[in-house]
Amino acid sequence: MVGTVTEPRDLRAIAWTAASQVVDPEIPVLTIADLGVLRDVTVYDGNVEVAITPTYSGCPAMNMIALEIELALEREGIHNSKIKTVLSPAWTTDWMSDAGRAKLKDYGIAPPMAGSGRRALFGEQQVACPQCGSTATEVLSEFGSTSCKALWRCTACREPFDYFKCH
Amino acid sequence: MTAASISIVESPLVLYALRRADDALFLGHRLSEWCGHAPMMEEDMALANMGLDLIGQARELYTYAAKIEGAGNDEDKFAYLRDVRQYRNLLLVEQPNGDFARTIVRQFFYSAFADPYWRAMMKSKDETLAAIAAKSEKESAYHLRHSSEWMIRLGDGTEESHRRAQAAIDDLWAFTGELFDNDTSDAALIFDGVAVDPESLRAVWSRTVSSVLNASTLKIPASDWMQKGGRTGHHSEHLGHLLSELQSLQRSFPGATW
Repeated sequence: MVGTVTEPRDLRAIAWTAASQVVDPEIPVLTIADLGVLRDVTVYDGNVEVAITPTYSGCPAMNMIALEIELALEREGIHNSKIKTVLSPAWTTDWMSDAGRAKLKDYGIAPPMAGSGRRALFGEQQVACPQCGSTATEVLSEFGSTSCKALWRCTACREPFDYFKCH
Repeated sequence: MTAASISIVESPLVLYALRRADDALFLGHRLSEWCGHAPMMEEDMALANMGLDLIGQARELYTYAAKIEGAGNDEDKFAYLRDVRQYRNLLLVEQPNGDFARTIVRQFFYSAFADPYWRAMMKSKDETLAAIAAKSEKESAYHLRHSSEWMIRLGDGTEESHRRAQAAIDDLWAFTGELFDNDTSDAALIFDGVAVDPESLRAVWSRTVSSVLNASTLKIPASDWMQKGGRTGHHSEHLGHLLSELQSLQRSFPGATW
């Protein structure tokens, strides 16, 4: 049986825990907390509002993530939650947690380089192969299977791989 | 039953947001037309991804325009329920895809402007526009790099790719002047620090264009005659055709979802 949560402090903690376990539908090893997409959970008058921020302007996963958060809260007995999208400050790959980076690498996706600065028009990047660790890699396509990824290839082990683009 | 067009109260800020949103919507829509037709799979993904970024930017700008207008419009109504004369985009972005070279040249001319434009807009005194700019700036940087690399590959590639790229430059050049236009509606916003004076970006745009064209062995056309009208709703014949496809579902089945 699902109970109803009333105590505000507990409510926020329970809502945060539930929301933070929602995964990115495109990269199911990462939670929205790992990604830095989950920005805030607030409680007022017993209502829960969850603030999320989009990774890329057109990322189609955002609608799915909002729905998954609502469902996760429902499962904890929290009804009528509100999901708010915040644009500022703009999401950056620097918000990805270290745990998130490690999970990405284990999943076979090269994590974004930390401290992404402004990219030069024809900037050089050095990306390590998530399979063998070699930095003898080359870009195949700046745009990959989702907005957040580029397609690379390792010239040492010959494996193609996804690279989570710096943003 | 068909859906009628909306009417819009175009305050300077609403008009400003709609102009930028319309640019992003139609360039994004043009890129989406390549989906499944690009010369190679990587480019199919690249063009669709860039289209997705641009349509995402359009959605945020439309949503903001709807909020400040406060007349019950929303992003879908702005996109689907206006007549051709109500759109405020640059003529450049509504031009047909043509061949791959033409699509790349159009993208390059736009991105060489959008990249410094959004970077400058991050300092806008309007919080929402500054936030949209902070996202769009990063996306535009990728779009500019992508199209610049292709400019070089096409221009400095084969005789055929060079010929096609130069023909596209010659055809589209007359649409680049409009990038730097502003009118009395924009002037107060520029004065208040809400908007950027596009004229202030001309030098950086020209530098990017000449350095990439130089590396591409391509030539800047000698003509400085420029076409304009998109910002006030005077479009080329292509936009109406684009709209007939973009809007047909919502016009025929108002409010349809799936």
